[in-house]
Amino acid sequence: MPVTTINGHEIHVDDEGFLTEYDEWNEELGKALASQIDIDMTDEHWDVIRFLRSDYKEQGETATLRRVTVAGGVPTKRLFQLFPKKPAKKMSYIAGLPKPHGCV
Amino acid sequence: MTDTTTQAAPVVPSFDDVETDRKLAIICSKGSLDMAYPGLILGNAALGEGVEVHLFFTFWGFDMINKKTMGDLKFTPLGNTATHMPQGLGGIPGVTHMATSKLKKSLEDLDIPTVPDFLEQIVASGGHLWACRLSADMNHLTEEDLYDDVEGIISASDFIEMTEGAQLLFI
Repeated sequence: MPVTTINGHEIHVDDEGFLTEYDEWNEELGKALASQIDIDMTDEHWDVIRFLRSDYKEQGETATLRRVTVAGGVPTKRLFQLFPKKPAKKMSYIAGLPKPHGCV
Repeated sequence: MTDTTTQAAPVVPSFDDVETDRKLAIICSKGSLDMAYPGLILGNAALGEGVEVHLFFTFWGFDMINKKTMGDLKFTPLGNTATHMPQGLGGIPGVTHMATSKLKKSLEDLDIPTVPDFLEQIVASGGHLWACRLSADMNHLTEEDLYDDVEGIISASDFIEMTEGAQLLFI
């Protein structure tokens, strides 16, 4: 498993760069991950990321876009604005979670 | 990109933010519940990957966007050997209803949206819905009869023109 260093945080990642250790994440790291993919975090971004973190803890898997909309209450349209083009992957990257593997 | 304290470049996923012109056109020609989903699922997945998606509803696929039928598509084992049921069963009254309820239940258990909800999600994700002119004329339907987010009733040639360079799926 590769180890990479982002803004002084040494983290375990998979081959693509997604964090593999849930507990290595904190919000400061989240902010650093976001800036790696050119996303400036706002309160709205954080609401989504915090939902993903807590949902993962409960469900054991990363929420899909649909789940963030239905269970997290953030409209799909807004997710595409906050995390342009590939919202599901970008959100999970910032949240330090694996990519969602659900189809919908 | 921000500064990092490492000498080596950090491992960061490539989200291909460079503008891609990848486009996917999906022709939905079936009106049964089981055949409505492949187009919706693939279209939705493509949108999540930043691909421009156009769905064209034609012939029986019109049932997916007709307000009267879209929430009530059916699934029948009749003529579908993949259900591995004796074909005679499919013709018994009530079997289609039963099979439809069972499929709906399985989809719901997996949190798969209903057809109208799925269309709503696709539109919210930036997908485009188009209705086929000939199918509308044959069934005497106008935009009033169709799901509100259908962008227009267009001819087959309009659709072909609009999806120049797209990858195409016929379902």
